[in-house]
Amino acid sequence: MNLTTNDHDGFSVISIEGRLVAAGAPQLRLAVNQLIEAGTVRVVVDLGRTEFIDSSGLGALIGGLKRARVAGGDLRIAAVPDAVRAVLRLTNLDRVLGEHSTPETAFDER
Amino acid sequence: MTARFVLIRILAVLSVLFGVNYIVWRWLASVDWSAWWIAVPLVLAETYSLFDTLLFSLTMWRARDRPEPSSAPQGTVDVFITTYNEPLELVMATARAAQRIAHPHTTWILDDGARTDVEHAAREAGVGYLTRSDDWIGKPRHAKAGNLNNALFETDGEFLLILDADQVPDPLILHRTLGYFADDPDVALVQTPQWFSNVDDADPLGSQAPLFYGPIQQGKDGWNAAFFCGSNAVLRREALMQLGIVGYVRDVTQSTRKTLRVAESLIVREARITEDPDLRVELNSLGAEITRAQDAVAAGTPLAQATYELGHAVDGAAQRLLARDFAGIREDLEVIAQLPVERDAQLDLVVVDETRLDRLATARLSPLGAIEAVRQLLDALRIDRGEEAQPVLPLATISVTEDMATAMQLHALGWRSVYHHEILAHGLAPEDLRTMLTQRLRWAQGTLQVMLRDNPLVKKGLNAGQRLMYFATMWSYLSGFAALAYLAAPVIYLVFGVLPVTAWSVDFFARFLPAFLVNQLLFLVVGKGMKTWRGQQYSLALFPVWIQACWTAVANVAFGRPLNFAVTKKDGRDTRGVPWRRIWPQLAAMAALVIALVIGVVRVVAGAADDVGTLVNAVWVAYDLAVLSVIIEAARYRGPAVAATEGDS
Repeated sequence: MNLTTNDHDGFSVISIEGRLVAAGAPQLRLAVNQLIEAGTVRVVVDLGRTEFIDSSGLGALIGGLKRARVAGGDLRIAAVPDAVRAVLRLTNLDRVLGEHSTPETAFDER
Repeated sequence: MTARFVLIRILAVLSVLFGVNYIVWRWLASVDWSAWWIAVPLVLAETYSLFDTLLFSLTMWRARDRPEPSSAPQGTVDVFITTYNEPLELVMATARAAQRIAHPHTTWILDDGARTDVEHAAREAGVGYLTRSDDWIGKPRHAKAGNLNNALFETDGEFLLILDADQVPDPLILHRTLGYFADDPDVALVQTPQWFSNVDDADPLGSQAPLFYGPIQQGKDGWNAAFFCGSNAVLRREALMQLGIVGYVRDVTQSTRKTLRVAESLIVREARITEDPDLRVELNSLGAEITRAQDAVAAGTPLAQATYELGHAVDGAAQRLLARDFAGIREDLEVIAQLPVERDAQLDLVVVDETRLDRLATARLSPLGAIEAVRQLLDALRIDRGEEAQPVLPLATISVTEDMATAMQLHALGWRSVYHHEILAHGLAPEDLRTMLTQRLRWAQGTLQVMLRDNPLVKKGLNAGQRLMYFATMWSYLSGFAALAYLAAPVIYLVFGVLPVTAWSVDFFARFLPAFLVNQLLFLVVGKGMKTWRGQQYSLALFPVWIQACWTAVANVAFGRPLNFAVTKKDGRDTRGVPWRRIWPQLAAMAALVIALVIGVVRVVAGAADDVGTLVNAVWVAYDLAVLSVIIEAARYRGPAVAATEGDS
């Protein structure tokens, strides 16, 4: 798994390339924590190049959502591929985390 | 199928047929209604036992020796050794054995006691050491389930071998079990037996459970319902994490819906009673926002989106409310800060200052109700499960026996389980009666909690066989009430001559004896080569424990009374001696049985009683006494460790 963080206007995007599974979860957690500690509480996780996610990966997303919400911000997911959407549906997490078509527009509404 | 399992099936069918034949006759033709106060409890107890036989027969129907896995062991593994207060040496012996497990793995000590000596020893031995993170401060700890949940987020192995601190693993434990997961990607759990090395052949405390870690688990396995028993099991991380995610979604969905409902009604009420027009406008618009959010959630808008949007509206309203009413609120907060309730440390009582309480009640408070509702709403809108240490809690926390609850939830999600019948770890059983009673009480309480909170008979996702397999274990813990009838009936007959059955006649024996004998034969064949007598004794002899478990579990689930969860000591004996206060019911029952026997004999000699009836009841009393006598043996037991040290000195 490869993880890169980019700052945008008013939010930051964490892009995940490869497989987001248990071994990569701490990396995502760390990236979210670093952003929030640096004062960026609006975070988009770009899943466009994520090949696969398992429940541990979903757990890391929920952990990030918690961090962001407690800090007064939000965590959103964008560019969700079919393979990832299937896992979201399987666990019903799609009922909690809505998906946005692109990372750039994820914070457009508010 | 081997001949033994064929014979078991035949006997299981006969047990049920003869049992039903007997119980139907009991209800229709033999209840002595004039002595209903003992006749009805007895026939109810017998009916209870028939259901027990039915469930046992059903379990045995699918008992089998499972074929070995065909795949080679594969996958990354974390070995978790859970500890709270066990002695350092015991924990380290297990840790060193865990390091010697042949399949590549990482060993971790999960120290819920956060002890520095354990930490040092772990580092020295090159074993991972984990304690609760800061997230747990001030949050429910959920005992062992919480300890494991904490560790799950610090590790990343595909599989987890869970070991209690006293369970020394065999080097091949992973080689023998991992193949099942590769064979079937839906397998979430492989449970192996728990076997205790500090127990001699007599086993006065009935620690070995050969029937459970044998035919019963093999039978449940046949129905894809083998349970997780807390230790000596391998779990698939993905399955546990999925359980955690599904649980998170369920919890935040329910709690958000509920909070929205409550907040709406509170705000509507405050808007109605307030005399301040500005405030009413603000509250009404907030109420409308909440209604909109409720509609959005009902229409399928993802919760994160609906709550985020509402959060903004609430934030704005709250800020305006606070700014407007700041002065009033500050006064109220001062009054509240001096709440006339204090804790008296010496008395350990809460002391209330009545006059100050009256003053508070009559004080004109600002719209605190509305503000409290808004605050709660804001908390809920974070959907972070803030009342828990972690938003995702993979191991079930609804019961003090997290293992069974977790297995049932895994089965409900469609995962499969395996019981691997081979001893691959050697543990330590309690060595005194007091500790043993505490442990059995906890198992019973936990099982009954699961029955009350998450009843398998109605739980979605389980198939009929799984429902009955889980229910069978729960049902068996209701036996305490039946035991009361089985103990009381012969005493009442021998002392007062009151018959619960219309007659000890040919009609009775012709129906009772086949049912009883076939049932005993079934047990004999199922338990062939095992020592099952201890288990039989304790299922009746611990009747006060089972009854206590029932009422405490109901009080806990229905009324929120704490269970006083106790960790079972793994290091030998409790030093407080025989727990007389916890075994007096058994001792009293034995005394009553003996006295009744003497009176019964005197009555026969005096010609006041029927000799067949007295003989039947005398045999019954003898059986009851033989069963209950295990308590005296257990109370006198000092454990092998103590016996050895006494021998040395």
